[in-house]
Amino acid sequence: MSEPAVDDFVQLLTPDGERVQHPDFSFEGSDETIAGYLREMILARRFDSEATALQRKGELGLWPPALGQEAAQVGSASATRLPDYVFPSYREHAIALHLGVDPVEMLSTFRGTAMAPWANDIPGMHVYSFVIGTQTLHAVGYAMGLQRDGLVGNADPDANGAAMVYFGDGATSQGDVNEAFIFAASYTAPVVFFCQNNQWAISEPIALQSKIPLYRRASGFGFPGVRVDGNDVLAVHAVTSWALDRARRGKGPALIEAYTYRMGAHTTSDDPTKYRSNDETEHWRQRDPISRVQTYLQNRGAIDQVWLDAVDAECEELAVRVREGCLTLREPTLEEFFEHTVIDPGEVLLEQRDEYLEYEAGFADHPDADADDETHVQVQEAF
Amino acid sequence: MATMTLAKALNAGLRRALEADPKVLLAGEDIGKLGGVFRITEHLQRDFGPDRVIDSPLAESGILGTAVGLAMRGYRPVVEIQFDGFVYPAYDQIVSQVSRLYYRTHGHLKMPIVIRIPYGGGIGAIEHHSESPEAYFAHTPGLKVVTCSNPLDAYWMMQQAIASNNPIVFFEPKRRYHEKGEVDTEIEPMPLFQARVVKPGDDLTLITYGPMVRTCVEAALAAGEEGHNIEVIDLRSLAPLDMPTVIESVTKTGRAIVVHEAAMTLGMGSEIAARLQQACFYSLEAPVLRVTGYDIPYPPSRVESAYLPDLDRVLDAVDRSMAY
Repeated sequence: MSEPAVDDFVQLLTPDGERVQHPDFSFEGSDETIAGYLREMILARRFDSEATALQRKGELGLWPPALGQEAAQVGSASATRLPDYVFPSYREHAIALHLGVDPVEMLSTFRGTAMAPWANDIPGMHVYSFVIGTQTLHAVGYAMGLQRDGLVGNADPDANGAAMVYFGDGATSQGDVNEAFIFAASYTAPVVFFCQNNQWAISEPIALQSKIPLYRRASGFGFPGVRVDGNDVLAVHAVTSWALDRARRGKGPALIEAYTYRMGAHTTSDDPTKYRSNDETEHWRQRDPISRVQTYLQNRGAIDQVWLDAVDAECEELAVRVREGCLTLREPTLEEFFEHTVIDPGEVLLEQRDEYLEYEAGFADHPDADADDETHVQVQEAF
Repeated sequence: MATMTLAKALNAGLRRALEADPKVLLAGEDIGKLGGVFRITEHLQRDFGPDRVIDSPLAESGILGTAVGLAMRGYRPVVEIQFDGFVYPAYDQIVSQVSRLYYRTHGHLKMPIVIRIPYGGGIGAIEHHSESPEAYFAHTPGLKVVTCSNPLDAYWMMQQAIASNNPIVFFEPKRRYHEKGEVDTEIEPMPLFQARVVKPGDDLTLITYGPMVRTCVEAALAAGEEGHNIEVIDLRSLAPLDMPTVIESVTKTGRAIVVHEAAMTLGMGSEIAARLQQACFYSLEAPVLRVTGYDIPYPPSRVESAYLPDLDRVLDAVDRSMAY
């Protein structure tokens, strides 16, 4: 894979852990703040690997790993504050953790014990969206609501808010995403389009979705676009802060292309060895989002082995909680899902629910299906 | 004669269609190098090249819209929608254009497009990966809708669908992809839009299709042990419906149950029940029953077994019908 031009690639921390200057963007936070990001990224990665392991053991139906995208997620989510509102896709685990989602509850969606009720309690985040790109339009509409509620362009910057929506490189091909760009531009909506370009849409490389760097598409729609080193948490934070601030002040949308890499499979059902090379993965391993921050802080003397050991202990604690918690997630009944299909369900649906309950209740008396195995063999012959 | 999985049979059917007609093209997300997420197109890009087996950008409306233009140039696009729940971005192209261009041009423009959709539940998937949207398409004038239930049909129906000059939505029962069966590649296949009596019987007719065919055959065999001789019909075609085969059966048995995974209201069962009460009114010994998914969105996987019709729910309906 040839690497696209990185002419406007904003980077503030190199893969070797060196701080570098950029003419337009800077990170002003303290070493303590940076250590906070590092801690979040390490914990998010551990959560991700535990979830992957749980899927491998059959405890989750599926898991889409965020491995390698920790800086893009922590760097951007940490630039938000209420009344900002985040619309995730389905791989935004580090963002969800940052915004306060309980990691065990999050697994319920992937264990199949719930839809996504865990997002309901989080004031700054919408539920995961699994239909590619659909949430971009929702974010624009939400931003239009913020405008109408007088939460944009106030003199007091703390009173202002914006929407930020996450999507992938593949999603940029969807009609919905392009329509979202147009609506946002037309209404100068306070929305930040945050594209995590992780180079792969399952097996399809970015070159199939775009012949130009994605961030340049923004200019065609009439708003600024910036490409940032998505594996550099400082640069991501700086660029996202700029875009959010701009949106909150009423200056309209911006597109951020966080240039990163999906280090793992698309999901646990995917086998990336079928379509990409080890060399490529290795190339990106050298640009790991976590190690550069650790190197930087260690070189500065801002963290030491004691600090790292403490985070490691936190990881172990998280891992135990996730492993044990997953197995104790409450098992639902189908009846519950009749309850939130629609407000005022009407007689037909209520009758269906009652028939279901009656059927389930009578099941104990029903002749049991001992014959199943035997029948199975006969079917093989008959069918 | 070879034994193969339903997935391999689809692959073999696609391969033979590509060999038979240079105008046949495949398009869809991840269908090239990866061979599709279910590997239905495995090795086809390798063997027929990227001009004929095309990895599409991630845009379902784009896949269908460009298929229209390719069809206008005389190509026969076979497009893959990765999962049932992702067909909706393409819905407008399918119902407003693909289904209607023949009509809009007064029969001038044919749309020989096959839209492959893996459908149905029972695989422990997350949201949007277990849906049964066949009724939306069967409801749309101008579209044909077919679905296979076994490897032999998968192999032949795929080739017949591709050879047809109609736009055809081809539903593939994804939970049956890995089930094996005998595939005779030399026979003269039965007509595409014809239903098949899978198991003959005199007491009651189970009318079903796709993933539920196996479930109904299992139920029929179990009912046989209780002395009920059940006939099972695999519809194969949902639009058009082969009503003569269904009516002949129900006229004989006097009892009918329609079984599908899709929600009950305005599902295929509604149409079949309406037609049966009209055609078999004097033969019916019991109301036509339906065993279906409930009128709720497909639930999380831990309760999908309660949502999906299974052997026990079918047998329960058999008991109710026989007792009527």
